[in-house]
Amino acid sequence: MIFAIPLAWLQLIREKVRLLVALAGIGFAVILMFIQLGFRDALFDSSVRLHKALEGDIFMMSPQSTALIALDSFSRRRLFQAEGVPGVESITPIYISFALWKNPADRSTRSIQVMGYDPSQSIVSNDLLPDSEALKLRDHVLFDRDSRPEFGPVAELFEEQGYVTTEVAGRRVTVGGLFNLGASFGADGNLVTSDINFLRMFDRDPGLIDMGMIRLQPGANVDQAIAQMRKEIQEPNGDVLVLSKDEFIAFERDYWQNSTAIGFIFNLGAGIGWIVGMVIVYQILYTDVADHLAEYATLKAMGYRNRYLLSVVFQEAVVLSILGFIPAFFLCMVLYNATENATSLPLHMTQERGTLVFCLTMSMCVISGAIAVRKVQEADPADIF
Amino acid sequence: MTSATEPIISIDHVSHYFGSGRLRKQVLCEVSARVDPGEVVILMGPSGSGKTTLLTLIGALRSTQEGSLKLLGEEMYKARNKQLVRLRRNIGYIFQAHNLLNALTARQNVQMSLDLHPNLTTKEKKIRSLEMLEAVGLLDWANYYPQELSGGQKQRVAIARALVSSPRVVLADEPTAALDKQSGRDVVEIMQRLARQRGSAVLLVTHDNRILDVADRILQMEDGRLSTLPREQLIGLS
Ligand SMILES: Nc1ncnc2c1ncn2[C@@H]1O[C@H](COP(=O)(O)OP(=O)(O)O)[C@@H](O)[C@H]1O
Ligand SMILES: [Mg+2]
Repeated sequence: MIFAIPLAWLQLIREKVRLLVALAGIGFAVILMFIQLGFRDALFDSSVRLHKALEGDIFMMSPQSTALIALDSFSRRRLFQAEGVPGVESITPIYISFALWKNPADRSTRSIQVMGYDPSQSIVSNDLLPDSEALKLRDHVLFDRDSRPEFGPVAELFEEQGYVTTEVAGRRVTVGGLFNLGASFGADGNLVTSDINFLRMFDRDPGLIDMGMIRLQPGANVDQAIAQMRKEIQEPNGDVLVLSKDEFIAFERDYWQNSTAIGFIFNLGAGIGWIVGMVIVYQILYTDVADHLAEYATLKAMGYRNRYLLSVVFQEAVVLSILGFIPAFFLCMVLYNATENATSLPLHMTQERGTLVFCLTMSMCVISGAIAVRKVQEADPADIF
Repeated sequence: MTSATEPIISIDHVSHYFGSGRLRKQVLCEVSARVDPGEVVILMGPSGSGKTTLLTLIGALRSTQEGSLKLLGEEMYKARNKQLVRLRRNIGYIFQAHNLLNALTARQNVQMSLDLHPNLTTKEKKIRSLEMLEAVGLLDWANYYPQELSGGQKQRVAIARALVSSPRVVLADEPTAALDKQSGRDVVEIMQRLARQRGSAVLLVTHDNRILDVADRILQMEDGRLSTLPREQLIGLS
């Protein structure tokens, strides 16, 4: 019966208003799921933005650290010990802390993340941080142009005047350059400066650092180097953690996913979208079956099997899910763009999420179809006539 | 298996009950009858006498509870649902209400009946459906939807649908009840003519005395019991 009359399709398009309502409902559910999952992923992506940008092969941190926003410091000596491991090319101690930033335009203050390192080395790619020359000057910092707008029109002012002066942690500093990293849920904005300037700003023990970055020589065996560092530095002392870059990223992501309610909240939001969509599709399919009950009974009297009628309902469900998904998908791309511009969060449509939401939509429609088809059993030709 | 003399429908002491326990109610009482190939038989009787019940049994819409009911030589007493569904494909059923599919055009409605017979190409099915609509005088209305047709036209589409696959039996349950006198007459005449052309037997339930002359035989149902009436007597009544 491949070339038979496509009853499901014809029934759907016959009731144009109902079809539009159904598609609007499904589209709403699809958008809700996309937004929730999009925000969730944006949060996780933004939280590891710095981790991904750092151009190291191996990282060291305190075992007491739980996330970038809750770092514990450890002795710089541990990092120096790693320098002796075969294959290591260079090590970079990094200081990280939060400080109050004064908005140069309206003088309001806001907490900003500050990173200090030896500017003769580079820690991120040139694309993100093209020029760190200014860091060699006293009390100079670079400002992240992708920070949230509440920090003030720093990038604009800098491009106009070539410098911006303001206060960080109560100290006069000069913004001598810009870089690109982006806000995260943990940090609304970022500054980088030299290790010397950092220590001036925060008055800390230079021997205690927050993060250690290790670069290996080209062709060196990462696993072997990590294994040796763990054996010789991590295990005997117990006051540092040696992580590969992937583990370092996973560690941060894991904190946001599992140690905060955020992942749960967004998943719940997506789940509610899924259920709302299911209820809507069920309503539509149920009404459709109820309206066509006499017709279905007639088909059974003609010799159509129950299976045929079930397939009609399921076909309607699948057609609805596809037709509802497509416009919502494109609308979401627009919404993502608008949200990214408004929040500085990395919100993109990914193939993975597109596939996931499509499967959710399909399952939502097919499950409601499975509930609605029970009504088809009522189409008994002997009782209806 | 079916020779010229073998009946298309043979009913032997069929009884039927609705409900169970104290509410059990007998609707058919040892009904026996036969319909031969090509015959037009009218079934009359007061409302509630069990005509529709008998028709649904013959039409394989219910399973036979008691007695023997054979359709095209196949026994339907204790038949499995699967067998009933298959048997239905040899029957053209015309209901009191037309029961056309509202989402389909007249031609598509007729074609739904042919879709059950997979040995035809789509093109053949389309041509046959249009020929059938022409035979009921509705070729010009082939692409109209049921809502756009009059009651008589809809019932003619239903006839085209029932007959397009040349079923061996046509069962019609008060097909003219909702129609005015002239269109009722037209519908029955078309049905009789087409059934004759195809050699289909017709079993027609009606209250309408004016159409009795199309019948070869008239059966009378009263309180679940069947009797044969001489046609002259009934025509005299009308
Ligand atoms: N599904 C059913 N359940 C219970 N009683 C029924 C059912 N269908 C019909 N009946 C009863 O069976 C009797 C015969 O009905 P029916 O065959 O429809 O009569 P007719 O078609 O001659 O008017 C009626 O009394 C009716 O109330
Ligand atoms: Mg009746």
